[in-house]
Amino acid sequence: MSAPLSFQKMILTLHDYWSDRGCVILQPYDMRMGAGTFHPATTLRALGPEPWNAAFVQPSRRPTDGRYGENPNRLQHYYQYQVILKPSPPDLQELYLGSLAAIGIDFTQHDIRFVEDDWESPTLGAWGLGWEVWCDGMEVTQFTYFQQMGGYDCKPVAGELTYGLERLAMYIQDKDSVYDLAFNDAGVTYGDVFLENERQMSKWNFEVADTDALFDLFKKAAAECENALANDVPIAAYEQAIEASHVFNLLNARGVISVAERQAYIGRVRDLAKASCAKFIETQTPQWQAKYPGWVA
Amino acid sequence: MTDFLLELRSEEIPARMQARAREDLQKLFAGELGKAGIAAGRITTYATPRRLVLIAHDLPERTEPVREEVKGPRASAPPQALEGFLRKTGLTREALTERDGVLFAVTEVPGRETAAVLAAAIPAIVRAFPWPKSMRWGAASLSPESPRWVRPLQGIVALFGSDVVPCDVAGVTSGAVTLGHRFHHPGAITIGSAADYVEKLRACHVIVDQDERAAIIAVGAKMAAQGAGLTLVEDEGLLAENAGLTEWPVPLIGRFDEAFLAVPPEVIQLTARVNQKYFVCRDGDGKLANAFVCTANIDAADGGERIVAGNAKVLAARLSDAKFFYETDLKTRLEDQLPKLEKIVFHEKLGTVADKVERVAKLARWLVESGIILPGTGRGTAGAAGGGGGLPSPETAANADTPLHHPADGPPPRAGEDMALADMAERAARLAKADLVTGMVGEFPELQGLMGGYYAAAQGERAEVAEAVRDHYKPVGQGDDVPTAPVTVAVALADKLDSIVQFFAVGLKPSGSKDPFALRRSALGVLALLLDNGIRVSLSKATAAAGATAHEDVLDFFADRLKVQQREAGVRHDLIDAVFALGGEDDLVRLLSRVHALQAFVTTEDGANLLAGYKRAANILKKEAPGTSKHIPETGEEDPLAEVEDPDFAPIVAEYARTEREKRDYDREPAEAALITALDAAEPQAAAAIAAEDFAGAMAALASLRAPIDAFFTDVTVNDADPHKRTARLSLLARVRDAVHRVADFSKIEG
Repeated sequence: MSAPLSFQKMILTLHDYWSDRGCVILQPYDMRMGAGTFHPATTLRALGPEPWNAAFVQPSRRPTDGRYGENPNRLQHYYQYQVILKPSPPDLQELYLGSLAAIGIDFTQHDIRFVEDDWESPTLGAWGLGWEVWCDGMEVTQFTYFQQMGGYDCKPVAGELTYGLERLAMYIQDKDSVYDLAFNDAGVTYGDVFLENERQMSKWNFEVADTDALFDLFKKAAAECENALANDVPIAAYEQAIEASHVFNLLNARGVISVAERQAYIGRVRDLAKASCAKFIETQTPQWQAKYPGWVA
Repeated sequence: MTDFLLELRSEEIPARMQARAREDLQKLFAGELGKAGIAAGRITTYATPRRLVLIAHDLPERTEPVREEVKGPRASAPPQALEGFLRKTGLTREALTERDGVLFAVTEVPGRETAAVLAAAIPAIVRAFPWPKSMRWGAASLSPESPRWVRPLQGIVALFGSDVVPCDVAGVTSGAVTLGHRFHHPGAITIGSAADYVEKLRACHVIVDQDERAAIIAVGAKMAAQGAGLTLVEDEGLLAENAGLTEWPVPLIGRFDEAFLAVPPEVIQLTARVNQKYFVCRDGDGKLANAFVCTANIDAADGGERIVAGNAKVLAARLSDAKFFYETDLKTRLEDQLPKLEKIVFHEKLGTVADKVERVAKLARWLVESGIILPGTGRGTAGAAGGGGGLPSPETAANADTPLHHPADGPPPRAGEDMALADMAERAARLAKADLVTGMVGEFPELQGLMGGYYAAAQGERAEVAEAVRDHYKPVGQGDDVPTAPVTVAVALADKLDSIVQFFAVGLKPSGSKDPFALRRSALGVLALLLDNGIRVSLSKATAAAGATAHEDVLDFFADRLKVQQREAGVRHDLIDAVFALGGEDDLVRLLSRVHALQAFVTTEDGANLLAGYKRAANILKKEAPGTSKHIPETGEEDPLAEVEDPDFAPIVAEYARTEREKRDYDREPAEAALITALDAAEPQAAAAIAAEDFAGAMAALASLRAPIDAFFTDVTVNDADPHKRTARLSLLARVRDAVHRVADFSKIEG
């Protein structure tokens, strides 16, 4: 077996693989978000009848997962590799396994399993059925057939693959700590790139962030979302929903949201996201119907 | 006769759904055959992660033709009648057949090719399949009416004999081609017929039979453990789950760092089981070993070395998380966690968990201070109950010089002991819920109680307190251990009584199949705690202490649960009713020992005959002296027998009966005199035995009546011409009934 892929080679390999299979290779969305699924290329593009195939890396921020750089497996900032294929192709599982083979996983030596794991995002009003994909007992990918997004049935259904890049790399490179990963082939490690970032951001997330300012940000994002909705620019509205969602996560990490309030905040974010989806459908339906007569949301 | 093979191949079916899916497939298939008039012969079903299979044996080639005749009006009937009949049948006059002046509509349904029936049945089955959750997929899902399956359907093999049954379902066309193991044999396989299906797939690394896969895992895992000098901890649920996750199962043993054994073994087992679906092992001393058995789905080229290494790494990551939680939790004392409980809502109508803790702590203390739970509670009952499952037998309870259980109104034990116990019960109750806010229970909610027990012990609580914190949720179901330690029993009882009484008080009682707060389980838990430990308490007193407002409801609820629980334990329902019918008994231990003694008694020959004698006496009384209550012992009560149970009335009744006897004295017939003598002897014996709660003794006393009653009925005419004699004899029969009713209302006993 040749030398294992570095972290960036692995990403480049996945880009090549999915590019060769007709995907648009996007760059990360320039906003803070908790998962690749929030990327408008996933959420908004899952709506409507038009085919859409895209792949991209999305930095994902989970403030409560920060461990000040001290836990070898947990990070408050990490990367997800997202592939979205709409409609879901009939050979999606084979395509996916092909991508694992491309990054160096040998199916004669490793045990790949599709283990039931249904996906649900209350904040996006979305759910789907699928699996977590295990490689030798480790979850390396979330594999989902979206059934609903923003409270709307997906017509057609999109297949979504979310690879946990750090986990896969740790696996391929046989490393026990994420910080020991070879980021490139020139001696730079993941720790060289991100360790200090994890230390400082964990401290900010948990201890420093000005909670009054955050509460204010939340309110402003929500208000701006409403403003954008009122003016029929749902993509801008959705950006503010993403913003509100992340600010809520920060407030949560600061421990200033009580259990009772928590539900109310989640409900607020969900309403913003759903309203953005609804407005997106509303504004796009005429052009969708032009190409797909009879299609209704 | 021909066999039919159906394979519905899909992307991975969740393991937990496979067994039910086989049943549903069989049911739906049999239903489709039934509709076509084909009797379903032997049907076999299989499930793997990727296929759902049915083989139906010995189907006919064609269905039987069916001739149906519907009788219509007479040929001579008015035209309106004919028109109505034609409308109903949809036929014309010419199509009707006339026989003996009556018109008939005859429809002939010719026999159909079975293959055609099957071709129609397959899509119908797929459409009707009741998956717990199903999905749409692919290009077809542009339409909301697109087909649904548990995961995308990939292929259909449908062979009747060796012929393909042509059909098209969800965009998939049936054929004879399937796929083997995803990695060992990814190419196409052509199936010849039902007969070669299983073996062809086996050759392609797919074991179709789920039971065979489970057996392979069971044996392989056991041998892997043995090979390492360990014993596998068997687990049926894990077996089935792993069999549902693999088509070619290969159990492999691996090791984890011994340092993780510092974490409680239950945590390790749960992490391994729930998150990773691994078996765990024990060493020679029965302690959890640092080993796990995972089940791979391939025969790896390197013998599984890399697979084991990968799995070991994942487990290590999980265990280090668990270890982190455990060590973090240990840094905070349980009482310091309590303020957090004020923020957790127990139920919107019942306040926070902190409120519940307060109530349970008071109730637990009350149970001890009022002498219901004593230092001796639970100890030694296992022996008396013959292994812990049943009741302490009345003989033991009655004959022992030192009673096992203090009666509720008995002398209180020494104050020091009592105080300590009450303090411990309250302390344990106050700490019992603290682990709900620990990191470990947050991660593994099923470890509630257990972790609290560990943390309590670690912070130096008395062993009794730590044990009570650990076990206070028990018993959580039939077959679960029932706590016996007094402190644990106090907290466990208080916790459950509180839930039941409080939810009832705000009108949230179980109804029908709805029991969202598991109150039925709580009630069964209370019953088990009381009965297994022989705890003597008036249930209404205890529920009052728990704050009951809906007394009747709560007691009826317990009575119902008792019947359910005892039915499962093989106690006759009618016997429980017979004892309940005496009324006023809410000490369940006493009630059940009476029932048990009764059940033992009525199955003996003496018991059966006494019951027959009783019924005969009761019938005669009903028939000959419907007014018995008015003029046999005239107590002024509606039911003269009502007073018999009242100890205050006993001497009066006895005196009255004696004077009655003297007043009505006449030359008794020998059998009559013998019965009186027997009653004179048996009544005080039975009464004494009942007072001592020796119900078997009371039954034995009653048994002595059997021969005299039989003789009485054989030799004596009750309905004598002499009214004096008749009254005396009826009165004697009433006495027999009385005596029997001291033990139970025999009229409720069946048979």
